[in-house]
Amino acid sequence: MIRLLVIFVFLAGAAFAVEPDEMLSDPVLEARAQDIGKEVRCLVCRNESVEDSNADLARDLRLVIRERLLAGDSDGDVLEYLVERFGEYVLLRPKFGGSTLWLWLAGPILLLMGAAISVGFVLKGRHDVAALTDDEEARLRGLLDDTE
Amino acid sequence: MITELGHLALIIAFAVAIVQMVVPMIGAYKGWSDWMAVAVPAANVQFVLTGFAFAVLMYAFVVSDFSVQLVAFNSHSDKPMLYKVTGTWGNHEGSLLLWVLILTLFGVMVAWWGGDLPGRLKARVLAVQASIAAAFFAFMLFTSNPFVRIPNPPLNGNDLNPLLQDPGLAFHPPFLYLGYVGLSMAFSFAIAALIEGRVDAAWARWVRPWTLAAWMFLTIGIALGSWWAYYELGWGGWWFWDPVENASFMPWLISAALLHSAIVVEKRETLKSWTVLLAIMAFSFSLIGTFIVRSGVLTSVHAFATDPTRGVWILAILVFFVGGALLLYALRAGAMEAKGVFSVVSRETGLIFNNLLLSVSAFVVLAGTMWPLIAELLWDTKLSVGAPFFNVAFTPFMIVLAMILPVASALPWKRGRLQATARPMWGGLALSVALGALVWALGTGGRIWGPLGVVLAAWVVLGALTDLGLRVKAFKAPASETWRRLVNLPRADFGKAIAHSGFGLTIFGIAMITAFETENIRVVNAGDSWEMSGYTFTFNGAERFRGPNYVGERGDVTVSAGGRFISQLTPEKRVYNVQRMPTTEAAIDMGLTRDLYVVLGDPQTGGGWAMRTYIKPYANWIWIGCIVMALGGIMSLTDRRYRVGASARRQVPAGVPAE
Repeated sequence: MIRLLVIFVFLAGAAFAVEPDEMLSDPVLEARAQDIGKEVRCLVCRNESVEDSNADLARDLRLVIRERLLAGDSDGDVLEYLVERFGEYVLLRPKFGGSTLWLWLAGPILLLMGAAISVGFVLKGRHDVAALTDDEEARLRGLLDDTE
Repeated sequence: MITELGHLALIIAFAVAIVQMVVPMIGAYKGWSDWMAVAVPAANVQFVLTGFAFAVLMYAFVVSDFSVQLVAFNSHSDKPMLYKVTGTWGNHEGSLLLWVLILTLFGVMVAWWGGDLPGRLKARVLAVQASIAAAFFAFMLFTSNPFVRIPNPPLNGNDLNPLLQDPGLAFHPPFLYLGYVGLSMAFSFAIAALIEGRVDAAWARWVRPWTLAAWMFLTIGIALGSWWAYYELGWGGWWFWDPVENASFMPWLISAALLHSAIVVEKRETLKSWTVLLAIMAFSFSLIGTFIVRSGVLTSVHAFATDPTRGVWILAILVFFVGGALLLYALRAGAMEAKGVFSVVSRETGLIFNNLLLSVSAFVVLAGTMWPLIAELLWDTKLSVGAPFFNVAFTPFMIVLAMILPVASALPWKRGRLQATARPMWGGLALSVALGALVWALGTGGRIWGPLGVVLAAWVVLGALTDLGLRVKAFKAPASETWRRLVNLPRADFGKAIAHSGFGLTIFGIAMITAFETENIRVVNAGDSWEMSGYTFTFNGAERFRGPNYVGERGDVTVSAGGRFISQLTPEKRVYNVQRMPTTEAAIDMGLTRDLYVVLGDPQTGGGWAMRTYIKPYANWIWIGCIVMALGGIMSLTDRRYRVGASARRQVPAGVPAE
């Protein structure tokens, strides 16, 4: 609602997210680092990725990500490395497994249930198509037209 | 003195709301028309008193009366006048007063224009509306009184948060609240209908325009917020899946579902109990949003100063209204049987799947928003659910929705043939795929989502146009015949085509910016130039300057392309005097095909400035699409049946829309 309100309160210093001096010279590695950074939460901020955040801690995490990538880690290794140190809280995309399975499956399960109910409703409606006589139909339409 | 009068007005309005909640309800139950008649004057008095209280508060802000605690905490005498006025609602108490003012405004609109409503229904609707108002008056008076005085007024105030010192504050919250609170109308009508045990086409004809209006305001409010974030936060993000954004997005999704299902009730007399449930849910999501923003249970980049008592109050209001409504629904929904029947291939079926996708996607957003809380309560684990989750879990719903939309919305009512409806659409589909292929061929960076998004967007827009073309027999009949049909086409049909096209345009903007945005981060010295996508940016240096209530540094960047001057951009960094808060003011050269977005960073120790440059292709189409969607809503609201229908009904003997 009043967006933006608290955002900067937590952010020491001004500046914006990624600083020029942090960037890797290899554009492929840098692009990977930015993609990973978007998946990692800035732990002292409110719901921001380290890629978007100006906090000092976010900067530290961005540097860690780049260090690990230079050391030859895969994207998954880097995230694993961060989870080991900071816990799953650091992941903005929760893992697919454990208790979080329910979160991931909530949408598909609801969709299937809803689809089953909808299909049932639609099919039931079909049997009733003959139930409305032409007279009734005409009367219904007449009523609707009257109010038009 | 005037402040105390404002306070008194609120207290009297609270009392009037209680009267309006009780007396007409009893009157409707007993059939006493004089008791029912209390509702109309009560709604008027409530509105006038709340409006007076709001004006008093605004006056206190305008004259900087720092003996009022709220003004002392949130304003400053040096603040520009615009922000003194808008600062009235740039805080918890003031925004709550605006919320309640809009609530009473909607109530009074039923009182003014509800002359054609059946007396009992009108009395009950106004009583339910007053019960919501009473709950919020109590909340305001007991926990969030805007009129509290401080015994020793400070010489000056704490100022408004600098990020809110933006014209965006003038429009974003009022529009959003008009949307949130507008959904209370659908809620009140739903509760009244449940009490009466009767939902018919006439009911839907009342509920739909209110829902449409609320949805339109929400659309505009959300778009304004998104655009505000885009230019203010300094990196051009336009949607963050932040809990507070989700809080406004969920009611939007549900109200979109509701305004579609209300069409089915209105035209086909089926889906009644589902529509009532949606009407309850839409406002429930508004209340959940209020809870999320004002209680502080979820961490968000927005959020007001939090106070546990307020959280408990809102939770109590939430539980009472949502719980009570659902209980009533469980008891009474059985009374509403479907009348209209339809075959598997029909517009009814299409709208059912529209509702399924919209409401399940809203619940996915709810699950993702609340999950950190749930995980902590149930498993004692601290988890984050952020943008990457929502992008994966939510987007598929919108993709499927866009895929089925053109054909499903063109199906005839009751009984249709898929082939007959789909055949004219093949041209549009082929053209969409061709456009996607073109974008894929031209696009650099090669993210596949861009071209796919373009296919989808073009499919939705062309599908809407094809449907409209078929309705007027474009190119099939003589031009005069087409013109005659076009003129006679109900406005609602135009509204539908416009709103659906808007949805397509927004998809287009999102796909393009997501796939093809480019950024450049560098250190620049005065005189440096850099190239991006054919544009040459030249940094001419930066200078200090002084604003009305801040000091800042202003960079100067010249943009040219092929030697031709394009734009002069002046990105700023500001530090506000009172709150010592730094903000960045991006400089944007806006265009229909791209935004050039330049942000000035910190001065570097080795000399020079950090500078971020973005090229954001077709960014503005995200919001243009939203505006087009809202225009579709306005067009539909002006449909003849809303203007003429109500008064024409008076000539029909009472009780005709029979169950």
